[in-house]
Amino acid sequence: MIFKVFDKKELKKLFDVLSSDNSIVGPVEIGADRNDQPIYAFSLVSDFNNIKLNYSTTKLPAKKFFLPFKEDLATFTIKEHGWQKNVDYNIDRPYIFFGLHACDINALNKLDKVLMGSTYPMPYYAAKRKNMFIVGIDCAPQPYCFCRSMGSDTVLHGFDMFLTDIGEEYFAEILSDTAYNFLKKINTRDPVEADHFLYMKSVSEKNKKFTAHVDTTDLTKILDMEFQSEVWKHWGQQCLACGTCSNVCPTCYCYGVEETVDINLKSARKTKSLYSCNLIDFAEVAGGHNFRPEQHIRLKYRYYHKHRGFVEAYEESLCVGCGRCGESCLAGIRVPEVIASVRRQED
Amino acid sequence: MDTHLKFTDIKTEGRQKSHRRDDFEAFEFTYKSEITNIHQLTEMENLYRIQILDPEERKRFTFQPGQFLMLELPGIGEAPFSISSPPSRHGDVELCIRKAGNLTNFLAKISRGTHVGIRGPFGTNFPMEKMHSQNIFLIAGGLGLAPLRSAIAYAQDNRSRFNNVEIIYGAKDPSQLLFTYQYDTWQADDINLNIIVEKTDPSWKGPVGLITKILEEIFSKKDDDFFKNTYAIVCGPPVMFKFVCNMLGQKDIPMQKMFVSLERRMHCGMGKCCRCNVGSTYTCLKGPVFDYWSVMNLKEAI
Repeated sequence: MIFKVFDKKELKKLFDVLSSDNSIVGPVEIGADRNDQPIYAFSLVSDFNNIKLNYSTTKLPAKKFFLPFKEDLATFTIKEHGWQKNVDYNIDRPYIFFGLHACDINALNKLDKVLMGSTYPMPYYAAKRKNMFIVGIDCAPQPYCFCRSMGSDTVLHGFDMFLTDIGEEYFAEILSDTAYNFLKKINTRDPVEADHFLYMKSVSEKNKKFTAHVDTTDLTKILDMEFQSEVWKHWGQQCLACGTCSNVCPTCYCYGVEETVDINLKSARKTKSLYSCNLIDFAEVAGGHNFRPEQHIRLKYRYYHKHRGFVEAYEESLCVGCGRCGESCLAGIRVPEVIASVRRQED
Repeated sequence: MDTHLKFTDIKTEGRQKSHRRDDFEAFEFTYKSEITNIHQLTEMENLYRIQILDPEERKRFTFQPGQFLMLELPGIGEAPFSISSPPSRHGDVELCIRKAGNLTNFLAKISRGTHVGIRGPFGTNFPMEKMHSQNIFLIAGGLGLAPLRSAIAYAQDNRSRFNNVEIIYGAKDPSQLLFTYQYDTWQADDINLNIIVEKTDPSWKGPVGLITKILEEIFSKKDDDFFKNTYAIVCGPPVMFKFVCNMLGQKDIPMQKMFVSLERRMHCGMGKCCRCNVGSTYTCLKGPVFDYWSVMNLKEAI
């Protein structure tokens, strides 16, 4: 890994170099909540002054740029006799993601495993993922962040460049040749020992700030043991089955497919929409049988997939600990509390 | 240096690579096919004969009994169906489809000659070769006979490789029996056919009751040695699995020698949409055919 250090003033220059010929997605402020706290979102941004690199967490992950909530998998031209299927992966240019936190990059790495590294790679995701240039940035742990418990507070790959604030300067990790070449356009220097110390200090100070934790020891086994536990019913009674948790989750990828005939009757489309395993008909089959008719069973399934099944398949959890689901949940259901209750670790 | 990032087009990039993981076009690849015949089996079920139009593609299309495919009617929908025809017929497949949802009700209204799309084959299969030189129980309840018919056809085509072949089939009432026109040919190939219905009607002369009743009768006629060399395939409603597999277990047939086929909702067939997950196992990838041991280890499978 190659490291560079540069003055904070150089960041605008880097942004301008990147944005001169490319589309940039970054965190911007889009309003304030009722407590007058800013609401952040990932959005296309062309002016460095609009980007908020000290953002807490965006309400929604950057998912809409690589796993759109709705997208056509295919269109059909309907002819007198028969039809023609047309497939497009719905992307025409590369995007630069400027200012992703470690959790969101880890989320992409996890999605890569199931959507690109498995038997049937998904071209709609792969086409977008292969056109991402990622500049990561360090963050300040929020009260709801439990990424450290999930091993997602740092990220080792899946980005082009990662920036850590070390006071007057940024400490940059460089993972791609493209990123290295972009950095040639601004003033950088090689780090010296003092910079290493500043980097390590910044990391250890960040580590002290985590307040939310999840005990993942033996969690796969415990989830199996506690499959019939009453605690699931408790959470199921609170859950509104609205699917918000999946909507805001950076790693939820499940979907439904629907086909429709266009109003001119000359074409049709096959549309993929992101779904949620908490919605009532998620596992309903034709004829009306529902394999998960009850709310607590669906909620349990969601935890099972994230914290057990994915671990079984890939030796890591599908949860990155960003805490978005808990913050958005209308019923106040939070992952650390649910897992603690299953482990009988309530206060 | 140019500051313009290069666009990576996976459509052209994929063509240069031979590894399956880079074969992105496979994902939405559809075999253009034609419904060449529709055979009404019962009031609710039709047998669709579907032929892949391109002769080369049709020949290359191979599958094993127990696998499924995705059938697509553009603009109407796409759904998984297990293949009911013999593997030897390649891409000239037969699907036994019940009118149960949007797509299947629409299919019931169309006529032969309609062009449809098929993707697949997907999923695991009944390990027919492992069962060679053994006895096999082919146990079906209701529509469970659809996937089983492919295994029956395999047994017919390879009759010398199996010892005793026993079909045990239960239906609600005689009017719901599927593939009645084939019973003679099965029996002619030395396959024992045992049918039981839950509700009788004046035309019915066979046994009446649940499938477990007829199983008990068959079991009582076999000695212990018979079960030592026996495989079982069980297809039907989930409630049937537990009762039937427990009975087979009592005869000391190991769980790894019993195979069941699970039905789940599927929107992709390729381990992506998560709709078919049991616990967190993809039915479309690790199933639909599972041995009973695996099913016992899945939460909420049956």
